[in-house]
Amino acid sequence: MQYMLLIYSADDAGPQPGTPEFGKMMQGYMEFNKDATKAGTFVAGQPLQGASTATTLRLRNGRTETTDGPFAETKETLGGYYLLNCDDLDDALGWAAKIPTSEYGSIEVRPVMEIPT
Amino acid sequence: MNDIASAYIVVENIIRKEWGRVLATLIKQFQDFELSEDALQDALLAALSTWPKNGLPDSPAAWLLTTAKRKAIDRLRRARTVREKQGEVLSNMEPEHSFDEEAGEQLDTAIQDERLMLIFTCCHPALPEQARIALTLKSITGMKTSEIARAYLVSEETMAQRIVRAKRKIKAANIPYKVPEGDQLDERLASVLTVIYLIFNEGYSATHGEDLIRRDLCNEAIRLTELLLTLTGDEREVRGLLALLLLHSSRLQARCSINGKLITLEQQDRTLWDRELIKRGLSILITTLTGGKKGKMGAFQIQAAISAAHTAAATYEQTNWREISMLYEKLYKYQPTPVVMLNGAVALSFAYGPNAGLAAIQQIEQEGDLRIYQPFYAAKADMLRRAGRIKEALTNYRKAVELSGNKTERDYLRKRLEQLASKIEQ
Repeated sequence: MQYMLLIYSADDAGPQPGTPEFGKMMQGYMEFNKDATKAGTFVAGQPLQGASTATTLRLRNGRTETTDGPFAETKETLGGYYLLNCDDLDDALGWAAKIPTSEYGSIEVRPVMEIPT
Repeated sequence: MNDIASAYIVVENIIRKEWGRVLATLIKQFQDFELSEDALQDALLAALSTWPKNGLPDSPAAWLLTTAKRKAIDRLRRARTVREKQGEVLSNMEPEHSFDEEAGEQLDTAIQDERLMLIFTCCHPALPEQARIALTLKSITGMKTSEIARAYLVSEETMAQRIVRAKRKIKAANIPYKVPEGDQLDERLASVLTVIYLIFNEGYSATHGEDLIRRDLCNEAIRLTELLLTLTGDEREVRGLLALLLLHSSRLQARCSINGKLITLEQQDRTLWDRELIKRGLSILITTLTGGKKGKMGAFQIQAAISAAHTAAATYEQTNWREISMLYEKLYKYQPTPVVMLNGAVALSFAYGPNAGLAAIQQIEQEGDLRIYQPFYAAKADMLRRAGRIKEALTNYRKAVELSGNKTERDYLRKRLEQLASKIEQ
């Protein structure tokens, strides 16, 4: 069954780019990708550019409303995602705990809806 | 009461006793909580309509299990869309054991106890805390939804919804029906123990005049812990929890006055403490701490030791606050929460004087998030009072009253407030 892992963190939290800690964190992500691929778990996963690059669109009463920024102003913002193939929730949670950002951010684990064919 | 009615009650009690074990076995087989519970409910109705007339089967558990299995298969067949998973279950079904009622005895011991799996599932951290409590009480102890609702002072509808939503999440998020392994086991066991402790606390906080079923939660919690002890092979932290619950229970009589007023540890009549429960609790704690049991040191063992330290004092004045203070420091390593820090500060203030306690409280104010937590202000107020800083004490007592969500608590705090205010006027 597939799970989406949504990676949230605050701008000022965690290692900042340019620092050795940041390099270590990137290394952690590369290892995660490698391990997840090897285990047959990795389906997809990418980092996103910062929340300041986001644009939100809504269609209301036939008119598009386009605003600058993410859909909601929150301290922690979406930074990336993984789509993983897991046996069950415990399996997915196990992988979530290996994501480097889990140490200073939040990982939302959501099952993908299975649409019967 | 006529014969049929009393037979009915006997049957209900037997079913309640067997409920958890049979349900767990069904869930293991069918891998479906809702289906298993519905099927067992069907079997319950069948039992209620035949046992009072025909007499009890030799093995009620085996009877319930066999009947529930048949009902489950019936339900699966009747379902309009037979999904692939269900098709698998049907085709993988073992050939029906042909056992008659007499052979049922053998089945009793042959039914593998799957309740450990069920407890871990009900207490999964992915479920909201209130749902874990409700699901555990419904599934393992066999309490009825209406009883649980009464115990938690909500409507039956609300409680039923809570349980339904939890079962839906188990299905939708694919929470597995298994005992956690490796790294996850310790953390998940702590989650189970916390649920049981919360159940106990709900009952413990019930006062005289409240529905007796609330008090009964304490007994259910103890029974759950004893069951868990058997299922985990005498795990240390489970023993710690049991010792803690027994020691707390020993004070139930002394804790609440006849008119529902809260009596603090300081004011309790210690002759009302149940010495048998204390003996049992201490015995379990001592054998746990002196080694040989499987598992590790943990928060519940330390909390039990703190409770034991209070119990050892013949009077409040003779309490060994230094020992308790050291135990809280140790507890903080396992439970680094502001609450533990606060309790540690209180113990410190009694061991080394109010100023030591106030210094520790300052640290909490800087680090923790206790600004909405009433006991923080009550504790601070008390220390300020003992330090002779009366005006500040009054301010903090008032804040505590404001934040208190409980009438018994508020009455106690207001009384303190009045006593102090009247002292100033003298």
